[in-house]
Amino acid sequence: MASKVIHAYYNDDDVLMHAVKKVKDAKHHIEEVYCPFPVHGLDKALGLAPTRIAITSFIYGCIGLAISIVMMDYIMIQDWPMDIGGKPSFSYLENMPAFVPIMFELTVFFAAHLMVITFYLRSRLWPFKEAENPDVRTTDDHFVMELAIHDNEKELKNLLIDTGAVEINVSEK
Amino acid sequence: MYTFSNRLKIASIILMVVGALGIGFGFMSAPGTVEEAKALVASHDEGHGDEHASEATHAVAEDHGEEAHAEGHDVSHDEHLLHQLQNKPWAALYVAAFFFFMIALGVLAFYAIQRASQAGWAPILFRVMEGITSYLVPGGIIIFVILVMSVMHFNHLFVWMDADVVANDKLLKAKAGFLNPTFFLVRAAIFLGGWILYREYSRKLSLKQDESDDNSNFKLNFKISAAFLVFYLISESMMSWDWIMSVDPHWFSTLFGWYVFSSMIVSGITVIAMVTVYLKSNDYLPEVNDSHIHDLAKFMFGFSIFWAYLWFSQFMLIWYSNIPEEVTYYVTRIEDYNLPFFGMVAMNFVLPILLLMNSDYKRINWFVIMTGIIILAGHYLDIFNMIMPSTVGDQWSIGIPEIGAILFFAGLFIFWVFRALTKAPLQPKRNPFIEESRHFHY
Repeated sequence: MASKVIHAYYNDDDVLMHAVKKVKDAKHHIEEVYCPFPVHGLDKALGLAPTRIAITSFIYGCIGLAISIVMMDYIMIQDWPMDIGGKPSFSYLENMPAFVPIMFELTVFFAAHLMVITFYLRSRLWPFKEAENPDVRTTDDHFVMELAIHDNEKELKNLLIDTGAVEINVSEK
Repeated sequence: MYTFSNRLKIASIILMVVGALGIGFGFMSAPGTVEEAKALVASHDEGHGDEHASEATHAVAEDHGEEAHAEGHDVSHDEHLLHQLQNKPWAALYVAAFFFFMIALGVLAFYAIQRASQAGWAPILFRVMEGITSYLVPGGIIIFVILVMSVMHFNHLFVWMDADVVANDKLLKAKAGFLNPTFFLVRAAIFLGGWILYREYSRKLSLKQDESDDNSNFKLNFKISAAFLVFYLISESMMSWDWIMSVDPHWFSTLFGWYVFSSMIVSGITVIAMVTVYLKSNDYLPEVNDSHIHDLAKFMFGFSIFWAYLWFSQFMLIWYSNIPEEVTYYVTRIEDYNLPFFGMVAMNFVLPILLLMNSDYKRINWFVIMTGIIILAGHYLDIFNMIMPSTVGDQWSIGIPEIGAILFFAGLFIFWVFRALTKAPLQPKRNPFIEESRHFHY
């Protein structure tokens, strides 16, 4: 795609937040913002839809809980009833307190790991993937705001300088 | 400045009057003789009057029984029943008194944590917290009076205070160096004195900070809060052994202090949220926003899980090891207190976790209030389950004496707390973090 984009560099997250609000007010579409660390409230300022990852995490937790119950019922009660410390495992319900820590652990395990994997898939991240950020400085101390240019390069540049950008680059994408 | 609205004042006074009548009724209707006690029980549950022979689970009753031998056993059982019924109004009073005192103490701990951690979001709520902790003085005095009356044998909540019982009990004799009436009252005085002293001093510094032109009061408050937390964690743990665990003097649990603490702090935070929402709905505290409520609700959620963790840790180890002298504690509760015992797990853990899980619900004020009511009722039941089984056994009920005591202390709590809130502006103005707190957003 031979579209031109403009990259505005900032070196402070507060300045960036104000800049994002100003650019939004001027009715320009911000393609992306690259940050060295998560900036609180940036998603709201950019108008991004709220994340649904919490819902997936809840579902994964429920799956983990169900799997732990079924698994322990099979291992400890059905397949080979154990007698530990004089408490024979012939009934799931009567031995339930002993299984609670495992139910808890597997709930957390499933919720946490599957949520992280979901996050990677959704963000299109995988090992050895080439970085998408336009400048290595966004992993250090700079924030970059990316806007598409639609024959308004000059206007955008003036606006971005106004917002306190420390550097402005135009590049092909 | 907050003005105590007349409607709330009248409501709190009505609660106190109705509650006092309920407490009075409880004391009037307690049986005076063995015959009365038997008649009372017979009229309550005809047909299965014998089923309540649960003295096997009651260590002290067992001692009585052994002394009296076979033919004396019925007599001792009836006497035991009489003592349980005579204890009932006292236990009802004590549970409610402790529950409301515990709310103030939990808030004090939470307040000290905010001070010691120099939390940025909290200062806007400091006056609300200080208002709630003002209840430590009347609440603490009432508890102390009840304890003194126990020592003077007005009631038999604490069996180890009875010299005859101790004389016939090897375990209690061994514990007498710590668990004796004098040292018990001395400890109670030290605990209460320390908590009230910190509360009054920190409040004074907090008000002085508003008028001063440097941060020296704030810094001193930080230091004494950190020191207080050390004192609090030790004294709170010992208080829980003294005031609660010792009603069952043969039984002990090493994490009991933490368990009581978790109940205390979650109830305290819930009440902070409720008072804040109430004040906000009356157009006070205009700068408290949904994010502050959200944070309080997060603490309610988190500490509810913390409570469940400790409840279960205590339960599972005792259930698994199945040592007779330990497991009687839970056998009594599961056999005689099945509904309150498992009901409170639902109210203190399952419901809060499901209701407050969603981030958006933590910002809906009325939703936080409704969940808070469930949490408070659940933690009342928690204290109920700690005190009642060893003091009234299977003769428990939640009737006029219990509800009367709750109403009385609720009225006193509301009256005292909101009266304290009128005494200073509701928002600190010179706390170094007040700007951050005002602009706090999530």
